[in-house]
Amino acid sequence: MPVKETRTSKKSLMQRIRRELVVNRYNFLLLAPVLLYYILFHYWPMYGAQIAFRDYSPAKGILSSPWVGFQYFQQFFTSYYFGRLIVNTVKLSVFNLLWGFPAPVLLALLLNEVTHQGFKRVVQTITYLPHFISLVVICGIILDFTKLDGVVNQLIALFGGEPISFMLSPQWFRTVYISTSIWQEIGWGSIIYLSTISSIPQDLYEAAEMDGAGRILQTIHITLPGITPTITVLLILRVGRLMSLGYEKVLLLYNESTYETADIISTYVYRRGILNAEYSFSAAVGLFNSVINLFLVVAVNYISGKVSENSLW
Amino acid sequence: MIKKTPARKAFLICNAIFLVFLCIITLYPILFVLFASFSDPGLMMKHTGLLLKPEGFSLEAYRAVMQNPNVWRGYGNTLFVVLIGTFLSLMTTAMAAYALSRRSMATRRFFMLLIIFTMMFSGGLIPLFLVVRDIGLYNTRWSLILPVMVNATNLTIMRTSFQELPVSLEESAKIDGANDLVIFARICLPLCKATMAVMCLYYGVAYWNSWFQASIYLRRRELFPLQLILREILIMNDTSSMDGGSVGDQEMIGETIKYATIIISTLPILVLYPFLQKYFVKGVMIGAVKG
Repeated sequence: MPVKETRTSKKSLMQRIRRELVVNRYNFLLLAPVLLYYILFHYWPMYGAQIAFRDYSPAKGILSSPWVGFQYFQQFFTSYYFGRLIVNTVKLSVFNLLWGFPAPVLLALLLNEVTHQGFKRVVQTITYLPHFISLVVICGIILDFTKLDGVVNQLIALFGGEPISFMLSPQWFRTVYISTSIWQEIGWGSIIYLSTISSIPQDLYEAAEMDGAGRILQTIHITLPGITPTITVLLILRVGRLMSLGYEKVLLLYNESTYETADIISTYVYRRGILNAEYSFSAAVGLFNSVINLFLVVAVNYISGKVSENSLW
Repeated sequence: MIKKTPARKAFLICNAIFLVFLCIITLYPILFVLFASFSDPGLMMKHTGLLLKPEGFSLEAYRAVMQNPNVWRGYGNTLFVVLIGTFLSLMTTAMAAYALSRRSMATRRFFMLLIIFTMMFSGGLIPLFLVVRDIGLYNTRWSLILPVMVNATNLTIMRTSFQELPVSLEESAKIDGANDLVIFARICLPLCKATMAVMCLYYGVAYWNSWFQASIYLRRRELFPLQLILREILIMNDTSSMDGGSVGDQEMIGETIKYATIIISTLPILVLYPFLQKYFVKGVMIGAVKG
């Protein structure tokens, strides 16, 4: 085995790079495809995002398109829809987080109390299933069940109520979106919490038992602190995607009648950019979105690091 | 042992009832669709309320769906994307995960950071769209594979499990003259079959269910994957490609056609799921323990 260099600080940067490349030449070979992928499909678009500051036309290419600075950003900020888009995006994301994030945690806590292993396994198997069904199928079912003569309205009629045109009513959009998201993800989301809970040492519970703590106290003081690191990490990751989360589902479920509450920043970018080919404008909106996202992740991570000991880095 | 006080017993019973209720709500929509797909279209239209079994029995809907060439072409395209995509994703992700798990790579933290950063910031949809077009992938099925080939979460999970390989194995192999490529192919991969299987499933399901990339990158209908055809039928309410006979028949059958289409396209998942479920769960565990 080669003797480790004890004078590495004397080596120049170039020499260290050469050494790294030589020692790990096969590793770099293995890494190459993925590296190429990230450069091509993640970093090159970041470079291309500058069209948000230019009056881009495909004929001219990026660099020859005239620089217009913040013109398109201003156009967005002063546009008629700006307020609505921000409100819709924030409301949908925040409410989805508020209702959707605790649900799997609660399910994990409840499943943890089940003593019959067979029953627990059956419940788990069944509740994981919706996660694997495609979004198109789920939304197809939603649209079918909630139409005016669909199953949901038939049930409402049976109880004497008036049929509701769910998917054409702006006021119902968020409710349908969030409740069906919970339906789809509650089972799968509980896995990670359950596995964390199962790694909490049993003697902690036994000691608490001996001190006279009931199950509720045990849950509050042992189980919850045990899964707090997991909750924190997942929460930070979730907040980081807050502004772009779930636009595929919105695209499948919304229509012009529900734009008022359903149209979010990402779907707006899709319509103006992909459908309308307004590349510079929608790139500006999209960039704004990404920057907010980044800011949120950093902020939440910072706050979490201050408040508790848990953070991503 | 937790004392079985009456309060505790009551809680356990309520808990069990709630969980059973949850299972029913989870399964019932799928059961409803299943029953409705086998129902007679005419009776289905008149029926109100929940379904506990098919209304009448008819294979009309399935006949109509089976005869729709778009559905079968869609299936074919999806299979192409799933098989090739999963293979490429698996291979490239495993290779990178291995490289980034080697202690000899001093720069591994740097590259991990580059990759993780992309989870937090991106150039946006439009710049990516333009890149895909400029590369020449527009209107090809490769646009459904290459731009989404690597998933950072999966990469992290694989890297974690590759890190678990005993250093002694690697060292003795190196003494025998093996380089990293050989160690990767002959030692790492065979030992990590479980992780590979799980990743195969994760990527596979993701490719199977994806539709958005196809909707923005594809123009030729012959290339549409199954989910896109489904979107036409289920979301955009366009069953015109189905041959249902007269217009009146068409409307009646339209309902049950949708249900039959859902069943036909979700069948693989529904059938394979019970068998593969424990592998999916394992994947989350692998990532969670060190995560």
